[in-house]
Amino acid sequence: MSTKLFDELHADDDTMARLHQRLEREAATDELLDVAYRTVDSPVGPLLLAATTVGLVRVAYDVEDHDAVLTKLASAVSPRVLRAPARLDDTARQLDEYFALRRTAFEVPVDLRLAEGFRRSVIEHLRDIGYGRRESYAEVAAAVGSPRAVRAVGTACAHNPLPVVIPCHRVVRSDGSTGQYVGGAAAKTALLDLEAVRE
Amino acid sequence: MKVRPFEDVVAAHGATVLRVCRAVVGPVDAEDAWSETFLSALRAYPDLPADANIEAWLVTIAHRRALDVGRATSRRAIPVDTPPDRPSARADPAARYPDLWAALQRLPDKQRLAVAYHHIAGLPFAEIAALLGNSPDAARRAAADGLKSLRKLYPEDEIA
Repeated sequence: MSTKLFDELHADDDTMARLHQRLEREAATDELLDVAYRTVDSPVGPLLLAATTVGLVRVAYDVEDHDAVLTKLASAVSPRVLRAPARLDDTARQLDEYFALRRTAFEVPVDLRLAEGFRRSVIEHLRDIGYGRRESYAEVAAAVGSPRAVRAVGTACAHNPLPVVIPCHRVVRSDGSTGQYVGGAAAKTALLDLEAVRE
Repeated sequence: MKVRPFEDVVAAHGATVLRVCRAVVGPVDAEDAWSETFLSALRAYPDLPADANIEAWLVTIAHRRALDVGRATSRRAIPVDTPPDRPSARADPAARYPDLWAALQRLPDKQRLAVAYHHIAGLPFAEIAALLGNSPDAARRAAADGLKSLRKLYPEDEIA
């Protein structure tokens, strides 16, 4: 602008952070917080966590591009998307415990609205594959009643909206090799190795 | 079509809207006005046309919220004739600007609003005229007169 006269009105970071927190609280109270999100650090890189009022709706790896994921959520769920960590506190704590080998199952409400049809059936089945266990893509296909849809199972796993929490990393190739993964092959190996430690 | 998450709107415009609120309602009520503005904006956001000028939209909401806040508190005035000692330049700017607010407060309402909406928010005079209920020429004059008076009341070299 034409004048530095108003520089004094500029707010410092602490003030903006405080106002943001107030907005998070008031948005939740007024039921306007359609999508709350935060990021957490993990041994497989920063993870984006997003939740609706129903439950956890998205977990995303860094390689998925968190900004792009949030933009998609704004279209697919609601543009009322705010960085509001409180709703994700419980999920973040359980992830910490999982990576510290102190938790083998996640107990958080989930919102599976981003997985529909056949993909939804696959995702629902993945929730039954226990900690440290593995199933092949063919076994998953058979389990959901479409034994010939092996490739479609792979696609469904690649589009798992809640990786780590819903264990698509436990689905591997019939020959025992780990196969592809939404977070990259290295992340898949890391999770499988981590879960093997307790066995 | 891409929809921007509301968080982007807060990140991009939050600081500017707070400066506008501080200039319009002053230090005591600015944070309430900011909070009400962004809560209202969040409520209405899904219905905002894709090609809308978001900053102008936010300032319009802030303008209405500021009028509400102003009415609710009937303008808690800060004494003009006994300004506090000026703290060091390293202090929080928010602690320093009551002096500037004291000067802004002495402007007629339309001048203060025109100055804030044009020189802080960068709104065109046609939009400011719509908010103030006058003509673009009158809004332009109000901003110019307001800035001139402000420079007399609050010389810029005092800031350094």
